[in-house]
Amino acid sequence: MMPLTEEEQAMLAGTQGPAVQKAMQMIVALAEIYGAQGLVPIVSAQVAGVSYKNLGDAGLEFLEEWAAQGARVRVPTFMNPAGMDLERWQEMGIAPKFARQQQRIIQALMTMGVALTCTCTPYLVGYAPHQGDHLAWSESSAVSFANSVLGARSNREGGPSALAAAITGRTAAYGLHVSENRRATHVIEVHCPLCSEADYGALGYLVGKSVGDGVPYFRFLAQPPVSSQTRGELRLEHLMALGAAMAASGAVALYHIEGVTPEASYALSPAGELPVVSITDITEGYIALDSPLDEIDFVSLGCPHSTLADIEKAAALLEGKRVKATLWITTSRAIREVAEQRGLVARIEATGGKVFSDTCLVVAPVEERGFRAMATNSAKAAFYSPMHSKLQCRFGSLEQCIQAALSGRWTGEGRNLKT
Amino acid sequence: MIRLRGRAIYRGKARGLALVSPVPIGFLGGVDAETGRVIEVGHPLEGECIAGRVLVFPTGKGSTVGSYTLYRLAKVGKAPAAIINARSEAIVAVGAIMAGIPMVDSVDITQIHTGDIVEVDGEDITVG
Repeated sequence: MMPLTEEEQAMLAGTQGPAVQKAMQMIVALAEIYGAQGLVPIVSAQVAGVSYKNLGDAGLEFLEEWAAQGARVRVPTFMNPAGMDLERWQEMGIAPKFARQQQRIIQALMTMGVALTCTCTPYLVGYAPHQGDHLAWSESSAVSFANSVLGARSNREGGPSALAAAITGRTAAYGLHVSENRRATHVIEVHCPLCSEADYGALGYLVGKSVGDGVPYFRFLAQPPVSSQTRGELRLEHLMALGAAMAASGAVALYHIEGVTPEASYALSPAGELPVVSITDITEGYIALDSPLDEIDFVSLGCPHSTLADIEKAAALLEGKRVKATLWITTSRAIREVAEQRGLVARIEATGGKVFSDTCLVVAPVEERGFRAMATNSAKAAFYSPMHSKLQCRFGSLEQCIQAALSGRWTGEGRNLKT
Repeated sequence: MIRLRGRAIYRGKARGLALVSPVPIGFLGGVDAETGRVIEVGHPLEGECIAGRVLVFPTGKGSTVGSYTLYRLAKVGKAPAAIINARSEAIVAVGAIMAGIPMVDSVDITQIHTGDIVEVDGEDITVG
């Protein structure tokens, strides 16, 4: 039995009520299963498993019961995307029954004190952790970003365990909470230049397949990863796409980039050679994710949730035109609000496109819309949608996707990559 | 009679007929939450009902949302009487705690066969 503090033992014994006791039982069981040395206080929690599509009535019932038992979070805790835009769900074609059950889930989580962020990018909307902070986050791309780009420490928690951590204020100290486990396991030498977020997604797909749950250490050899005003510039969106893809095709929760990410300088252990994966071409990644479709009736951008810069880019490309395909740009409600204030939402929606918040392609019940062929700039969405939404897709850059939205066809126009 | 000792993931007492799977079980999409039937196509237990059985399998797999499936099974009275794993992982462990299903892991599950009468009491297991 691992050591618990007096307060932790009290929680486990039920002195703080059955809701806290159940949460502590989960945390302690996980600590024992994964051989944790103890528990660690967390700074914040991010709860996945919000969409009714994934939770179903079982999850809804459990959350309502837990909330009714008095479960309350003790650290800042925020929601992953839901199955719909909580205000504009009718425009998404969501069935009223789905909407009702989704609202009940949101209500139960809010009763527990979980913030209505509904995003996989909490770090863009005021919940960025500091380096070294311990977290219990669960959405895989958010976990990857927090660990890799921000240097915080989180395992990929399950939805229920993230909530249990929020309710107890602690999580099990194993895995990426422990410094030794944050060292690189593979060196990835990238010899080809990369341009778009789709290129980084294709790379991430390949690396995730190859390293599984390892910790890749990237060396970008064909171009300096950070240089301003060039096409090779490593943008925030590139890091988001890279991390999201590796977490989808593999289970990568932490990566390092030489000269870029905060822990890269001590990620290589002095002793021992690491396996080196050499990448000279990302075409294999495109082949795996891209199906040969000509007609496109659905274009989805925003997995992970779109940044303001991407919404601006889309608005500029769409300006004054009309979309032929259904176009959804999904983002957090906070970013959407700023985009609305700046007139971007109106500009995009005047073309027939939609900017939805609170949801995304991966967790919304899009299979019920009867779309035939999708285009996306997200390797993660392209990886999941054949399974989750029974949709084949085209995979390319934001520019190519906007072209497809306008023409209803995939032409390959706007392809800004090398090969 | 065989006595086995494992590690209690969720302490409790239960007795039932063993239902043994040689391969992992995923609960989300793998088990019907309303009937307790295994619905994963091609699974060795496909079509079997886990309700009231002592469910023995190596480990869990699949989506973390599968924890809620175990909870739902308990709510509708179709949960297994107990769960025995060779090596437990987060999905099934959290689900067993949510659902209040006695669960033991770190057990040599090759000692248990479908149809054996199995008793679970904390970390102790009696077979036969």
